Amino acid sequence: MRVFFQQLINGITIGSTYALVSIGFTMVFGVLELTNFANGSLYMLGAYLSLMLYSATGMNAFLAFFISIILTGGVGYLLDRLALRRLRNKKAPKLTGLITTLGMSMIIDNTIMLAFGSETKPFPNHFDFGRIEIGSVVISWVQIIILATALTLMLILSFVVYKTKIGKAMRCTSQNAEAARLMGISVNRVIAFTFIISGVLACISGNLVGMYYQTVDITMGASIGMKTFASAILGGVGVLPGAMVGGLVVGVIETFAAGYISSGYRDAISFVVLILVLLIKPSGLFGSKQINKV
Amino acid sequence: MEKFCEKLVRYRVPLLILACVVAVAFPFVFPSKYFIRIGTVCLMYVMITLSLNLMVGYMGQMSFGHAAFMGIGAYTAAILTTTYDVPFFVAFILAGVVAGLFGLLLGLPVLKLKGYYFTIITMVFCEIVRVVELNWMSLTRGPLGIMAIPKPSFLGFEITTPRQFYFMILVLVALSTLVVSNLMKSRVGYAILAIRDDELAAEAMGIHVFRYKMIVFILSSLLVGLAGAFYATYTSYIDPSSFAAAQSNDMLVMVIFGGLGNTVGSFIGAISLSILPEALRDLAQYRQLIYGVLLVLLMMVKPQGLLGDINFKYIRQRMEHREKSKEAANE
Repeated sequence: MRVFFQQLINGITIGSTYALVSIGFTMVFGVLELTNFANGSLYMLGAYLSLMLYSATGMNAFLAFFISIILTGGVGYLLDRLALRRLRNKKAPKLTGLITTLGMSMIIDNTIMLAFGSETKPFPNHFDFGRIEIGSVVISWVQIIILATALTLMLILSFVVYKTKIGKAMRCTSQNAEAARLMGISVNRVIAFTFIISGVLACISGNLVGMYYQTVDITMGASIGMKTFASAILGGVGVLPGAMVGGLVVGVIETFAAGYISSGYRDAISFVVLILVLLIKPSGLFGSKQINKV
Repeated sequence: MEKFCEKLVRYRVPLLILACVVAVAFPFVFPSKYFIRIGTVCLMYVMITLSLNLMVGYMGQMSFGHAAFMGIGAYTAAILTTTYDVPFFVAFILAGVVAGLFGLLLGLPVLKLKGYYFTIITMVFCEIVRVVELNWMSLTRGPLGIMAIPKPSFLGFEITTPRQFYFMILVLVALSTLVVSNLMKSRVGYAILAIRDDELAAEAMGIHVFRYKMIVFILSSLLVGLAGAFYATYTSYIDPSSFAAAQSNDMLVMVIFGGLGNTVGSFIGAISLSILPEALRDLAQYRQLIYGVLLVLLMMVKPQGLLGDINFKYIRQRMEHREKSKEAANE
């Protein structure tokens, strides 16, 4: 039982970082119906930028953290501004957007690899305040901070999406971009805002995971990318609570799979579960069934 | 461009013969091992691209997991020939069959899903297959890979020299081109194109969408499985890292670069992008970066790929029609 709860806590910790990235992914999907392949790259970029800035700012962790958030958000914005907006203006088919983000992700990943090298880098853990024991379960401070940050961000985002004006504009755009534009919503601004949020979330999550494992490496973007997709479609793509629950579920399944079955097959098992869920409920856990139109 | 395409269509028979002659003469004109290797790799990618184009270009189903099927084919052939001493020819056929079977297994649940779900599931499938290849030590030897895969032999005829390998893949490419182009000319092909253009409308016209999607998915997996088996015997060493998500992306880039749903485009995409890294050998570490930039630029300038919006059949029909009406006017 002790192992079970310990695994559950570890699973929720890592799952909440997945949830953060997949919220960004699902929001972009919501407004654009675009599978953003560059999301995982932004996550890695965030972690590497903060690592670089940490030494550049003279070990000032918070400054490095904030600058990296701003920069990653900026890169998220540029993704849209430089490429995707042009495609939208040309009314290019949806597929081109997907391929563009794939290309962007290759560019970001390989730039990082060329700049930092492909070896695993140590990442400083700024919140190494020891650990707390509740009964026989051990929780480290980093885990608490990850959970608290993730929870706070989720609450803020839910508030932004469901209660504020820009959130309303986002939901309008995702329902019908054309109609939203006619109602006076600046669709491009809404999309830019969404991209910035997805970049910021990816960056925060990348930093948290970097601190949690105390390493960053070049494959972390690709691996989280796939988990993000899995979490988002497990929960139902384009739905905010879906991405949160999906991320947590993927994280927990993964940890249990590693603990009880085999650590080598960890990723495979969570993906198999995803396929099984889609077999039973093709639109994901929280997704609504879509009606096809000619 | 228009005129140029018409010329291509007008002289298609001599051009086709020329291409065949060039392909056959290539290993004799450039007898060095290096050039023959490049030629062989190019042709292998042509075969892969052809099979993926069937899926992505003709049918409009974005698959990000094509490397998985190639891996399944390669591992089937490798395991059968090394562990079980199955004759190569049988193992080669079985590699295609097993890859096709996996296509069927994956297709059953997945082909009913909508576009992006399909895309992501194929990607996830590729990862699952790679993880299994990496961890099933007793069968695949995990990260060590399978070594000393025997050279192929057909009915007492052994393939050992690079030139023989070149001709083996050339025959395979010719066969797959015939299969793909004949399929697309058939009733099935028209149904597939209808599904790509509008699934719901196709269904309303009485096309059994799921069945046709299944046919294409299985055929596409089978072809790439055969290419995988060829890869295994050609390099005589395989490991899971050759069949990862990055390879799937490379394959997709080739298809899109050449042009979606265009057989000639598949040749151009595969050959040019396989030669590119050789040409940029000094820049090998920038290869993926260059691919990325290429993709983004291509989407900006010509989102359909080089030959994606050129329909040779349509151009031919239009030319024939024009000539007919000219004749009618003369009379």
